[in-house]
Amino acid sequence: MSWDWQFYCNDTATQEAVAGCFGPGGKEQTYLQWMLSAWGWTLEVSVAALLLALVIGSLIGIIRTAPNRWLAGFGEAWTELFRNIPLLVQVFLWYYVLPEFVPALKNPAVKTALVICALGFFTSARIGEQVKAGILTLPRGQRYAGQALGMTLPQTYRYVLLPMAYRIVIPPLTSESMNIVKNSAVAFAVSIPELAQFAQQASEETSHFEEIFIPVTLLYFISAFAINRVAKFIEARVRIPGTVGAK
Amino acid sequence: MKRVLLAAALLAGFSVVHAEDTLKKIKDTGTITMGVRESSGLSYTIGDGKYVGYHIDVCEQVVRDIRRQLGLSSLTVKYQPVTSANRIPLTVNGTVDLECGSTTNNAARQKDVAFAVTTYVEEVRIAVKAKSGITSINQLNGKTVATTTGTTSVQTLRKHERANGVDFKEVFGKDHADSFLLLDSGRADAFVMDGSILAKNIATSKNPADFKIVGEVLSVEPIAIMIRKDDPAFKKAVDDSIKAMMKSGELAKLYDKWFLQPIPPTNTKIGLPLSAATKEAWANPNDKPMEEYAKK
Repeated sequence: MSWDWQFYCNDTATQEAVAGCFGPGGKEQTYLQWMLSAWGWTLEVSVAALLLALVIGSLIGIIRTAPNRWLAGFGEAWTELFRNIPLLVQVFLWYYVLPEFVPALKNPAVKTALVICALGFFTSARIGEQVKAGILTLPRGQRYAGQALGMTLPQTYRYVLLPMAYRIVIPPLTSESMNIVKNSAVAFAVSIPELAQFAQQASEETSHFEEIFIPVTLLYFISAFAINRVAKFIEARVRIPGTVGAK
Repeated sequence: MKRVLLAAALLAGFSVVHAEDTLKKIKDTGTITMGVRESSGLSYTIGDGKYVGYHIDVCEQVVRDIRRQLGLSSLTVKYQPVTSANRIPLTVNGTVDLECGSTTNNAARQKDVAFAVTTYVEEVRIAVKAKSGITSINQLNGKTVATTTGTTSVQTLRKHERANGVDFKEVFGKDHADSFLLLDSGRADAFVMDGSILAKNIATSKNPADFKIVGEVLSVEPIAIMIRKDDPAFKKAVDDSIKAMMKSGELAKLYDKWFLQPIPPTNTKIGLPLSAATKEAWANPNDKPMEEYAKK
């Protein structure tokens, strides 16, 4: 089989080679520029959804362990709702069904936000489950000790429970964070021009399937692996010798 | 030793897949695999694993002719659903023998696959909401335009923008039904695609009167049945069968059946009269790629 990578320097409209491999930008771009911008979309959707998922997931995880029936019940309902519906279905619900009830969401400016919400909320249910598990791993005495010292409930969480719980759940959170990069490919289904969309369209235009899918695969790998390395770095930096999970 | 055997088995497997003689393969296995589309103008499903359409009827006639040519008493037809994006790989790797979707014959694809003589000449048009007041592509400047990932219309749109200095916000549906939903739900102001696909999506929508096909012909594309490359005997068998249909008027009858009469599943009419370009292609059967048409 013969490889041909030259087309990456071709203009996407004229199919002619562009000197220096970079067009003036905007719509006058080469396949290389198109791939990089598609990667940008993948990263944007993934990182934004990850931040959303971490914040909401933490809140959900915390309230599920709170000594209040209503709060815990809400967290429970949230988790079951978002983890029992397939991700692709959720994306469609956010993108096509929800705007029927809230017309303001039809605005093109918020269409990326809808996908980020879908991906972020889906992952938040899973992160919530892990944060809850982390908190429940701690001996019950820790909570009592905090409150015996006169701390309020939020203070107990902030200074006693969460610092330990988060350290314990860093490894599962890492794989959840890496999953979000891979799951971001569903954004293709609602017209976000991300890597999976680039791969389909560009390979159709150029008929260079291998030369497109190999770099796209590598870019997904690099993105997920970068998150893995950052998480490992954080895990190493915050490690406390002699506690659960530390070597 | 086991590994050697495994490698040998794999190699044997590959060579079967890449056997270039499709007619022999059909004769030996007694089956032919038709590539079909889920929602395309010339080939679509009516549910329950049934596929219908203009190109399906053409292919079924081709299959009958091939069966007669090979002297087989029976020939099993397998239907393999394909998409815009996977139809070429599946044809190249031998999964599909006869791709009966709505594939544009162009020079880039001819590097990987071959095409039978053109059965339909497609004109790329614009579908809009009837009450939008849009009548020409130039009115789409700054508007959101939907088209489907994995089709030549994406490039047509891009070339048009460049040539006329207009700027569209493009959104790419993952399939035609999805692109049409973008137009229907108001996320796009126009859907640029092959006329037959637009007509079919409009005909099967909830309120066909809400949509209109407007504007100039953006691109002319010969649509043909796709087969594997470098298999002259099979290509001749397919071509001869189609040419006979063109001559006998059978193809015109099929056109009438699928484009002017009520069709399943909703018994609506597409109502797309035979174009001069398609008539011309039937009068002079050829497998010229799209680029040759653009030169005219």
